[in-house]
Amino acid sequence: MSVTYDVTETLDVKGASCPMPVVKTKSAIDNVPDGGVLEVLSTDKGSMSDIDGWAAGTSGVELLEQVEDGDVYKHYVEKTA
Amino acid sequence: MSTEPSSTADGTQLSTAELQARIEELEETVADLETDDEQQKMTIVATQGTFDMAYPPLILASTAAAFGWDVVVFHTFWGLDILHEEKSEKLQLSAVGNPNMPMPNALAALPGMDRLATRMMENRIDDNGTATIKELIDLSLEQGVELQACQMTIELMEYDEDDFYDDVTVGVGAATALQHMAESDIQLLV
Repeated sequence: MSVTYDVTETLDVKGASCPMPVVKTKSAIDNVPDGGVLEVLSTDKGSMSDIDGWAAGTSGVELLEQVEDGDVYKHYVEKTA
Repeated sequence: MSTEPSSTADGTQLSTAELQARIEELEETVADLETDDEQQKMTIVATQGTFDMAYPPLILASTAAAFGWDVVVFHTFWGLDILHEEKSEKLQLSAVGNPNMPMPNALAALPGMDRLATRMMENRIDDNGTATIKELIDLSLEQGVELQACQMTIELMEYDEDDFYDDVTVGVGAATALQHMAESDIQLLV
């Protein structure tokens, strides 16, 4: 079991596929205050690699963890600045 | 070290205050250049107007914008139809000459086959949770992607500027596209 994060906001993009998980994550993180954590729920297998790549290439965000929970891929993204 | 007053290349003498002002000016210029360098730029030229070929430019553009990149998609020739409000809803897959279609060309050439193939693909897209072309256009524009419609092709196809989705940039040509391409880190022709 993973660490529990103090989640500021949850984005549910279950059922949506590329490029929606990444693009919606970007839109959602814009509304999260600095230091806040966004939880992203996706059923897109590609979101594991895509959100990782997006976070690595985007300033002001940090990917804390990615968890596979049954059919759902959970991503925890912190807004660092 | 010299105690002589500093001078510029043309020999003009500068006071300490003037030198200070110049340093500040140069520092600002350097800061601007550094900021410019941080943002990646991408230019995509979209030339195809079939249902399947509308997807790659829009998916890449909206995703790149999510990375915070400055993105321009220059739509020309059949690619213009992607931005055309009416035609965009009716883009079709071509069944003939498409080796990915599970039917022989003789059959694919029958009337209504393109429509059938497109409907099959639309259903699959819906089942898969893949966005529609219209959703991707809205998404791209929301993310700040600049969707440009080539002016020359608008006139060639006898389209009207009002035929396109709101927020589509019209009145641009190859020079505008090239200008953004020259500054881009990534340039793609689709």
